[in-house]
Amino acid sequence: MNPRHIGADFKVVARSYLRNSAALFFSLFFPIILILLFGAIFSSSGSTTVSVEVLNEDHNSAASQAFLNALVNTTLVSVQLVNTSTVPVSNFASWLGQNGYAVGLVIPLGFQANYTSHTPVNVTLFTNPENPSAGGTAAGAVQGVANEFNLRASNGTALIGLGPSETVGSQIYTYIDFLIPGLIGFTILTSPMFSMVDVTNSYRKDGIFRELSLTPITRAEWLTSRVIWYVLLSFATAGVMIATGVALYHAHVLLTLGLLPYLIVGPFLFVSLGMLAGSVAKTPESAAIIGNIITFPMMFLAGTFFPVSEFPAWLQPVAKVLPLYYVIDGMNQVMLFSNEGRALYDLLVVFVIAVVIFLAAIRFFRWRDE
Amino acid sequence: MPGAIEVHGLVKQYGPVTAVAGIDFSVAPGTVFSFLGPNGAGKTTTTEILEGLRRATSGEVRVLGLDPWSQGAALHRKIGVIPQDFRFFDKITPKEAIEYYRTLFHTKVDPTALLAQVELADKANARYDTLSGGQKQKLGLALALTNEPEICFLDEPTTGLDPHARRAIWEVIRRLKREGRTVFLTTHYLEEAEILADRVAIINHGQIIASGTPHEIIRTHGRPARMRVDGSPAIAAYLRDKLGVSVEASDDHLEVGMTRKEDAIRVLEALQASGLPWESFATEQDTLEDVFVRLVGQMDDGAIKSEAKP
Repeated sequence: MNPRHIGADFKVVARSYLRNSAALFFSLFFPIILILLFGAIFSSSGSTTVSVEVLNEDHNSAASQAFLNALVNTTLVSVQLVNTSTVPVSNFASWLGQNGYAVGLVIPLGFQANYTSHTPVNVTLFTNPENPSAGGTAAGAVQGVANEFNLRASNGTALIGLGPSETVGSQIYTYIDFLIPGLIGFTILTSPMFSMVDVTNSYRKDGIFRELSLTPITRAEWLTSRVIWYVLLSFATAGVMIATGVALYHAHVLLTLGLLPYLIVGPFLFVSLGMLAGSVAKTPESAAIIGNIITFPMMFLAGTFFPVSEFPAWLQPVAKVLPLYYVIDGMNQVMLFSNEGRALYDLLVVFVIAVVIFLAAIRFFRWRDE
Repeated sequence: MPGAIEVHGLVKQYGPVTAVAGIDFSVAPGTVFSFLGPNGAGKTTTTEILEGLRRATSGEVRVLGLDPWSQGAALHRKIGVIPQDFRFFDKITPKEAIEYYRTLFHTKVDPTALLAQVELADKANARYDTLSGGQKQKLGLALALTNEPEICFLDEPTTGLDPHARRAIWEVIRRLKREGRTVFLTTHYLEEAEILADRVAIINHGQIIASGTPHEIIRTHGRPARMRVDGSPAIAAYLRDKLGVSVEASDDHLEVGMTRKEDAIRVLEALQASGLPWESFATEQDTLEDVFVRLVGQMDDGAIKSEAKP
């Protein structure tokens, strides 16, 4: 390997890339859009309160007021009182549906009288199956408040209390924190794969490899300059994505140097894999198909958008044969959990696969025909 | 003196198809050698074998004393190639392209001077995908010269170019020869070969059917020189009668065989003496193109097999 050859070829790669607006868009702006989009979809869930429409038939009795105040104090739900004269209880369910409300609560007539006389009384919760998380949150809040009232009525003492919440890991996480390593992995995969499959095939068709075969540059030098370019590009995209996530969604990620090996070995792997796929294919069409067959499962199943631990049990082993899984899992370990042992294991797996694929790509990739 | 290129019994088969069926030729250093043939005759296959881009099925090939296939890396430092349909990186400028090749080949050529040589200096900083066909071809030529090659392989370098661009490339080829480099030129334009080449070989169906200087080929395979007179058949009868020469006549013109230049004077004097009306007089000779068309046509009709081998 001659560093001067790699340097000269690197200049050609970088110039070609920087002068191609579509390539730049997909490698720098598309990741930002991904973060904005997924951040907007997922960062809201769990943080806002569930709105509950309340039909209080007990005519604003002191007990029903106290019950509703306790409900609001859980901070899980907010309460909107519905006018009992316009919405009769018999129509409440259909009224909720027509107005698009997810949760409704009916406090029956005689709630206070029954409570003070220690006679069992039921409040009724209406939930919408389309929004199970809101229904579940409201049910939990109502049950919690009811337990508290029951305890108080029987003069009991609460023995077990729930302290302030803590989240798994070393910091307080939101979904966006898990999303950032996943989406960095996504761009480390897609950006080199799609471009290398295309380049490998079209350069062969256009005779550009033939041209290069008549110069002293070797295939390993040519591939290395592309690996270097995509490594630098992954530094840039990772930086942009982390900055966007932190600035807009207050993501908490550990910015450690431990992230860098993944941003080097990941592109090394996928540049080589893209070139291998492009070399094996005979036509541009089959190159695109082979590229997609390799890329698509990883785009969705390697922990990019959803954590692999949430997959059905039968799907999890599938994720674990995908090389990208180890890139993303490793980044999760260093950026979120500071779990160096597992991170190192993931890195080793990726590195070994990358070396094998690089050597295979060099072997299958031909400048010239027999 | 050993040839810059030596080819003996070269055969190339693609599966059952024989593209090159045992050819021999050699190219002397510092000369322009033109390789001619119709499409599919085996020109590009032969050229690619010489460049080390394809492996010969059998036969011996030496370029600058090297085996192109097994010693390709060493050979490629000494040769320049401009392939058919030269393509390059879309977003790279000619100046950057030459700087790239200059680094790869470790040479010290000045990109601006090299681009001026191929008349591309005004496009030095234009991106490849904005260049015209002729400009792209000129860049290919400039890149082929970046390593100051001993042999330049030019595969149809002027195909599709306008007359001005073609002449610019011809000028570069002439200069390469003046500088003592060997040029291996394949072309569709017979006139181009006739003007530029020291020696020519015509290949058809994988066999060489004629070779030599353009003049030798015309003399060996062309029809004899002749005079053409635009005039009536009556003149033909008069000339036959008066001079005893063979005359081929058609409605409006006639052709008289010509063996010596004095024949022209005798015919003109006879025309003058006849008192018959005639329009114009010209001497005619076959061009390389006439010979090429006839040879390839005869071979395709099965009339000749190939040039007799010793």
